[in-house]
Amino acid sequence: MALLGTGALARTPLGAVFDLSGRPHYVHWHFFQMSVTNLLVIALMIVVFCAAILLPFPHRRAEP
Amino acid sequence: MSVGEAPRERSWTASLRTRAEDALPPETLLPDRQPAYVASWIYVFGALTIAALVCIVASGMVLGLKGPAWWHVTGIGRFFNGIHLWSVEIFFFTMVVHLWGKFWMGAWRGGRSLTWVAGAVTFLISIAAAFTGYLSQQNFDAQWISTQAKDGLNSVGIGAFFNVTNFGQMYTFHVILLPVAVVLLTAWHVLLVRRNGVVPPYVRQLQRERAASEERA
Repeated sequence: MALLGTGALARTPLGAVFDLSGRPHYVHWHFFQMSVTNLLVIALMIVVFCAAILLPFPHRRAEP
Repeated sequence: MSVGEAPRERSWTASLRTRAEDALPPETLLPDRQPAYVASWIYVFGALTIAALVCIVASGMVLGLKGPAWWHVTGIGRFFNGIHLWSVEIFFFTMVVHLWGKFWMGAWRGGRSLTWVAGAVTFLISIAAAFTGYLSQQNFDAQWISTQAKDGLNSVGIGAFFNVTNFGQMYTFHVILLPVAVVLLTAWHVLLVRRNGVVPPYVRQLQRERAASEERA
């Protein structure tokens, strides 16, 4: 994994989009603690949920 | 009475077949049309979850047959390991969106409570299956997770029969017991959806109730 963050691979298109070798980031508020990655996944799920409700669906072979 | 002439109602196979046909006739089991309100992206996530489950089971079978040395060291092994991991990520992602959708549309209405409960139990068992999967990786990550988890599980008395530091037990849970439970519960969940139909939106239910009350009046 160190290659992805500090080696030559990180500077090529094959390197990870985000630096995976650095310190993990957490959101900490009183008893609540969660990694930023998990928070981003939850945010993405909410975005997908809203999009699934709002985006039109191609109608085909549906009965009234 | 000679053999082969038993009354139909006394034969358990005939009785089972009759009950299955009554509960799920072919046109209900495999419908080719759905109500108009099903034409929404929110109804797609259950099928996506099942597609991810198929990928999980298929890639898991390859991993199980080839073994940890293969999935840790070889390029193709790592590829299948990645397929297995990302299928699980997509499985939970789509399942949670499916769960939210069904929660907000009150999918337990109209005698569908068993469908809701079957889905909820499948979700919980899936978490256990994923957890035992992390314990079955055969690397330092798995060791770290097991030694952290054992204290929590021991504190509530589960550790006596669910020992997370016992690799054989966790592996058996992960590749046999929990996947079989998830697949069977998923199949039951889908059959219940087929039998009871997709829950109508609240608006549609209100319209029906209003029309029924107007008819009575």
